[in-house]
Amino acid sequence: MELDLKKIELREINSKLQNLDKSHTEKNFTITNPKGCHALCVGLIQKMDVIINGHVGYYCAGMNQNANIIINGNVSTGVAENMMSGTVHVKGNASQSAGATAHGGLLIIDGNASSRCGISMKGVDIVVKGSVGHMSAFMAQSGTLLVCGDAGDALGDSLYETEIFVKGKVKSLGVDCIEKKIKPKHIKKIIELLKKSKIKNIKPEQFKRYGSARKLYNFNIDNVSEY
Amino acid sequence: MCGIVGLYLKTKKYEKSLGAFLSEMLDSMENRGPDSAGFAIYTKEVKNNYKYSICLNKLNENEFKKKINKLLKKTKIKKFSDHVVLETADKPNKVLDILKVNLSEVSLVGYGKSINIFKQTGNPKDIVKNFNLSSFSGSHGIGHTRMATESAITTEGSHPYSTAEDECLVHNGSLSNHNNIRRTLIKKGESFSSENDTEVAAGYISNQISEGKDLETTLKESLKNLDGFYTFIAGTKKGFALLRDEIACKPAVIAETDDYVAIASEFQAMAHLPGVDDANIFEPEPGIVYSWGN
Repeated sequence: MELDLKKIELREINSKLQNLDKSHTEKNFTITNPKGCHALCVGLIQKMDVIINGHVGYYCAGMNQNANIIINGNVSTGVAENMMSGTVHVKGNASQSAGATAHGGLLIIDGNASSRCGISMKGVDIVVKGSVGHMSAFMAQSGTLLVCGDAGDALGDSLYETEIFVKGKVKSLGVDCIEKKIKPKHIKKIIELLKKSKIKNIKPEQFKRYGSARKLYNFNIDNVSEY
Repeated sequence: MCGIVGLYLKTKKYEKSLGAFLSEMLDSMENRGPDSAGFAIYTKEVKNNYKYSICLNKLNENEFKKKINKLLKKTKIKKFSDHVVLETADKPNKVLDILKVNLSEVSLVGYGKSINIFKQTGNPKDIVKNFNLSSFSGSHGIGHTRMATESAITTEGSHPYSTAEDECLVHNGSLSNHNNIRRTLIKKGESFSSENDTEVAAGYISNQISEGKDLETTLKESLKNLDGFYTFIAGTKKGFALLRDEIACKPAVIAETDDYVAIASEFQAMAHLPGVDDANIFEPEPGIVYSWGN
């Protein structure tokens, strides 16, 4: 079913997709003419396939649960923020805070993601085929961030337990983030994410692993300058 | 919050549509800044002439004409809402002095060979209509929709700020050390007409340029000297430049085609531009100066 934002109000489209019940037979939707609108496809809870043709604004696919959403364009701040499950695939670039606080599911960004990608992520898997900007995975708690390009300044600052894999250069590591040894279970995870994201030309051994040094978990007066 | 926009034409193809494009860009940034708006549009130079954009405040057009024509010879005055653009061959040092001494009831918004600059309080949608922005043709322009945070909702508190010939600045963000810099600049001879932080940034840029630095160096150095959050677009006679602070909380997106470069706080503002779907669209990186035409 085609949903044209030139003809149908944003609120009407969101409401329709949010309120699909399980008995609904139509599960494929194509949204056209988003023209940078905000909060498109937020809060979808049923299994469905949504294709968005065009560039989208803030918080696209936020709080997603179960839906598979493909964006043929760029997205602005906070794509898939607080996603619980499902898949969000951005074919273009993403602006800041992609996948912020997301608990689960898979976020794939074909282009670059700018600053604070995966900020405070809580279990989501994020794959960025390009590079990520500064302060990515800031205060990230669990889940995986896989970056095929480079990472900007202060990667993984104040990190908890998220696994970060970067193939390219890391401009600088944030406080309490260190490079760690790659073990077989990490290789397995990288292979799984590369497969899910249909990335073929990269070997899992090309990635470096970064994680928490766990020195900031509890307040220690010797670390006061790091807070 | 605030919305900022800029459009620089690389070719002559859309010269006649510049005002109409900018008008729509400002329109769609209404939600980011509903309390006032302003814009600077760079139009064709008339040889030897200067343009002075003046807000009449409560003075009416005829009284202004009467007064100014006693003081200056050969003037051309065009009215736009509560502003006029005064065109004359008289040089800025003379005209600025006259405005200050003999016409203190009006306020100078900006001047130069090419710049026309207008600002007002109210809804951006009405403001672009009041000034008939869509009728302007030109080479480039920048604009601002304001959600006032650190100074009052007044025309003086609205952007763009122009503190030197053909220079102007729009800003999304806030500066925390503007009082200190204002004091330093006043000592250097700069003057300010508002309590606004952006006017200080504009004054800082003009001051550095007047001391012989180029725009790019000035903006790079402002990363050290201006403390706060900002996405700036600085307009000059030849083009414009963009800078985001290193934290980069304040958004910006750039769309570039063979014919133009558009900058906006959100993609929405440029969604109507011709060929934008095939444009190179990217987010400017923090702490890097992007410049066109300069």
